[in-house]
Amino acid sequence: MLLDLFKKTRDSSMQIREKGNQNPDVVKFTCKKCGAELDAKTYGKNLYVCPKCGSHGRLLARTRIKQIADKDSFRELNGELSTADPLGFEGYPEKIAALRAKTGMNDAVVTGVCTIGGVRTCLGVMDSHFMMASMGSVVGERLARLFEYAAEAHLPVVLFTCSGGARMQEGMFSLLQMAKVSGAAARHSEAGELYITVLTDPTTGGVTASFAMLGDIILAEPNATVGFAGRRVIEGTIGEKLPEDFQSAEFILEHGFCDKIIPRSRMKQTLVQLLKLHGYSEKGR
Amino acid sequence: MSATETTIAEKMAIIHSPKRPNIDDIIAAVFDDFIELHGDRLYGEDPAMCCGLAYLHGTPVTIIGQRKGKTTEENITANFAMPHPEGYRKALRLAHQAEKFRRPIICFVDTPGAFCGIGAEERGQGEAIARNLYEFMGLRTPVISIVTGEGGSGGALAIAVANEVYMLQNAMYSVISPRGCASILWKDASRELEAAEALHCTALDLYRFGMIEGIIREHNIFKNIRAVLLEAVNRLSAMSGEELRNQRYEKFRKIGVFNENI
Repeated sequence: MLLDLFKKTRDSSMQIREKGNQNPDVVKFTCKKCGAELDAKTYGKNLYVCPKCGSHGRLLARTRIKQIADKDSFRELNGELSTADPLGFEGYPEKIAALRAKTGMNDAVVTGVCTIGGVRTCLGVMDSHFMMASMGSVVGERLARLFEYAAEAHLPVVLFTCSGGARMQEGMFSLLQMAKVSGAAARHSEAGELYITVLTDPTTGGVTASFAMLGDIILAEPNATVGFAGRRVIEGTIGEKLPEDFQSAEFILEHGFCDKIIPRSRMKQTLVQLLKLHGYSEKGR
Repeated sequence: MSATETTIAEKMAIIHSPKRPNIDDIIAAVFDDFIELHGDRLYGEDPAMCCGLAYLHGTPVTIIGQRKGKTTEENITANFAMPHPEGYRKALRLAHQAEKFRRPIICFVDTPGAFCGIGAEERGQGEAIARNLYEFMGLRTPVISIVTGEGGSGGALAIAVANEVYMLQNAMYSVISPRGCASILWKDASRELEAAEALHCTALDLYRFGMIEGIIREHNIFKNIRAVLLEAVNRLSAMSGEELRNQRYEKFRKIGVFNENI
């Protein structure tokens, strides 16, 4: 499944608007934050960070995996799990089918084993292009199995989170994934293994209120939106506009809910440093 | 049951009625010698979350639950049963205390959801709920949760990671409020009844999904709650701390519907 993903050549972040895509080599992007015009090649080489303003674009899971895992080291786990429709929710199967075709993924998280700087690690990456990375049964099951696999194999877990929250089309099945994954993370922790979360744009709702906030170490990408309630919900409650930096990575760092903000250019080396500080090495722990 | 089954609209009216028994009514009718305990020892006291100790038929238990008011004034004090992070942290503090003294924990869930506001975000609403899920899963003492009215999303689940979960006959327990669901899906909050149907969030739905252990009938409501609790406490008290943790983990671990093959 994932091999198919890697075959796709267009690695764009969809947060950036494309301008004329006749020739992939000259695809132009406009940075949503500062309006800078960027060509695909430069942007990709800069890890999809705008060279003008430093804005971190949203990544496809496969792009993230390429940036973090050692070359060709990633082996997907449980990729065969696919989305069901437990409530018979109107329009849900069609929506899933359309997203599968569009993104080449079959749900909002990719999990597997890889090496990072030579260190064997369980890696999970959520992808906001798939139903805003909302958590349903497949996301919950893949993550729970990843923690169980890692506990058994004495491996650390690194999760790149992003999510709009629980997937309402799966009703209570999605809400209870929060408890399931948190429980699996707790068991992995009791086995003495390291869990690092990296909060990326946007990490909100039920994912913030479960495994995103449970890492031994919590990192964040600059300026990522991180929060529990939606911005508009809060503005509706209090009847006023919220400041720009409310619910940003910088905001949660200031309030004590993340350890460090790491720019994308230093993410891999920081992960390797942390893994090694916990005794994980090329030869295992 | 089907003959007396209420419609979604009737259920919503019943659980939102000021006449609906709240946690104070339940405590007064079901338990003896209740003493309320306050504060999370970190930031403050949250009147939206009621915690304390009492006897259940002679057995000391810890009680945790959201508090709905009967009057506007009471509701303003209790923030309409929408806890802040300190409410969840108070609940966790007392859950750990219960574990220390091996007291069963009995939770009553009745909340539209965790509060959405500036202070709640600043003090880590997400972290507070996450921590409860994580810690409740590992408690070495019996945990029983009863959804009595509204079970609103993560703010409800934060005190419902239990060995046994029950719902009152008209209670609803949902991933998102039907109103919120309708406004996101159809940009029309007035279609909440339709959304409530689509979300399958009644006691009968959850029982059929295998998510709850039983439905408590509301005729003789207090007597029935007491009977269910006595039985559950007896059953769970016979289990070791390890058995309780494993049973709780397995209960949640098996939930999810997906296909194994493409």
